[in-house]
Amino acid sequence: MCLALPAQITDIDFATQMAIASVDGVKVEVSLALVDDVKVGDYVLVHVGYALNKIDEEEALKTLALFAEAGLAAS
Amino acid sequence: MKYIDEFRQHDLAKQLAQVIAQTVNPERHYRLMEFCGGHTHAIFRYGVQDLMPSNVEFIHGPGCPVCVLPTGRIDNAIQLVEQHDVILCTYADLMRVPGGVGSRATAALPPSMAVASSRNSLLKAKAAGGDIRMVYSTQDVLKIASDNPDRQVVFFAIGFETTTPPTAVAIKQAQTEGLINFSVFCNHVLTPSAMQAILDAPEPVSIDAFLGPSHVSSVIGSLPYETFAEHYAKPIVIAGFEPLDVMQSSLMLIRQLNDGRHEVENEYSRAVTRDGNVKAQALMAEVFELRPQFEWRGLGLISNSALKLKAEYAEFDAEQRFEMPAIEASDVKGCECPAILRGAKKPQDCKLLGTICTPENPMGSCMVSSEGACAAYWSYGRLRGDVATSAESP
Repeated sequence: MCLALPAQITDIDFATQMAIASVDGVKVEVSLALVDDVKVGDYVLVHVGYALNKIDEEEALKTLALFAEAGLAAS
Repeated sequence: MKYIDEFRQHDLAKQLAQVIAQTVNPERHYRLMEFCGGHTHAIFRYGVQDLMPSNVEFIHGPGCPVCVLPTGRIDNAIQLVEQHDVILCTYADLMRVPGGVGSRATAALPPSMAVASSRNSLLKAKAAGGDIRMVYSTQDVLKIASDNPDRQVVFFAIGFETTTPPTAVAIKQAQTEGLINFSVFCNHVLTPSAMQAILDAPEPVSIDAFLGPSHVSSVIGSLPYETFAEHYAKPIVIAGFEPLDVMQSSLMLIRQLNDGRHEVENEYSRAVTRDGNVKAQALMAEVFELRPQFEWRGLGLISNSALKLKAEYAEFDAEQRFEMPAIEASDVKGCECPAILRGAKKPQDCKLLGTICTPENPMGSCMVSSEGACAAYWSYGRLRGDVATSAESP
C-alpha cells in the first residue's frame, strides 16, 4: 500500500498542479499538490497519483557509497 | 531504472551479506521487526532472509493497511452500496478482502460452500450489481463525483501517513469545487502508535530493533521516532524498500545492538529527512483529527491511532452522512492473521496457509494484500526448506 515509484517529471501544468512523469518510460499523470519547487527533470516518489517527495540525488549517491564501503570491507 | 536498479545489485548484496556475517555476534540472536509490508515483500521476493546469518530473524510487522482493517469496516462499506446505493470508490487492494458477515450477494449460496464463501467482499458485492469502482488516485474519485452529480460517491479511504495526504487534498478540493455528493469513509491509521502498541501489549513479542517505514517516514520524517527509540530503548533504522536498503539497514541495526546503542538512524536519506514533508503534514493536520481509539485487526483497540475528519469538514464525512452502525465481525476460524500481525506467529504456523487459503481464494487479509506476510510467503518463500508440507500447492 505504501509502495511508491521513482519517476522523472517531464511536463508541468502549474495552473492545475498536475504533471506528467515518466516511470521507466511509461507516462503517468501526477499531482504536485503535496510538493513545492518541483521542476522538469526532477525525480519524485509517486504514490497513488501524487508526488510525495523529491528524491535527493546527492543522498542517493552517499547511500550507494556506503554499500561500496561494505564491499571493500568484505573483500 | 534509475533509483531502483542500483539498489538491487546482486554483487553488492553478496558483499553486504559477508559483512553482516562478520559483524554478528554468534553468541546472540537478533530479532528485527520490519514494520512495513513493503519490507516483508522485499525480504521474501529477493531472498534477503537467506543472505542473513541464521541468528538474524525478521519478525513481520502489521504495516499493511489492508491487513489491519477490521472486517466490520468492510461490511460497513458493503452496506453503503447495498442499502444506500452509493458509488463506492477504493484502491484495488481492498476489493478481495472477505468481510465478517454474509449478505445479500451470498445469501443464495448453498450451505455446503466453504465458510469464507459465505462472507462478502467488495468484489462479490460488485458482481451482485453494486456500483463499486477501483481507483488509482483520489483525483479519479473527484472526477467520478463530478461526472455523477445525481449519485452519492463515497471514497473508502485506507492507508497510513503515506496515503492520508492525498485524501486530505481531495477533501479540500471537493470543498473548493462544491462537490457535495462526495464523501470519505475514513480508515486512515497512524504508524508510531501501532509500533507502541506492539511493545505495550500484555504479552509483547520479543523484538530487539525496528526497520522503520520508508514512505510513511518520507511524509512524517524521522523525528517522531526519536522519543520512541529513547523510551523503549530500541534502535530504529529507517530503511528503503529495495533489497540492498533492507540489508544495509539490518547491518546498521546489528551494529547498534552490538554497541548497546538505541538511536534513530536514516538509511533512506534519499527520500526521508528529519522533518519530513511539512506541506503534507500541514494538510493532514488541517483536515483530520485523532480518533480517541480505533480497532486494529490483531492488535485490538489502540488509543489515538487513527484519524477522522474534523468538524469543519463534517459534510464530507461518510460516517456522518450515512447511518453506519459499528459492526462486530469474526475472523474465519483457524485463520492466524491476528497473531501474524502482532509478530507472534509466522505464516507457516497457520494450518490454512496453502491448503484452503491462497492468493486466489484468500481466507484472511494477510493473504489478500500482496504486501501481507502470508501472500509474500506463499508467492516467494514457500519452497524454502522450513515450510510445512501442508503448504504444497494443491
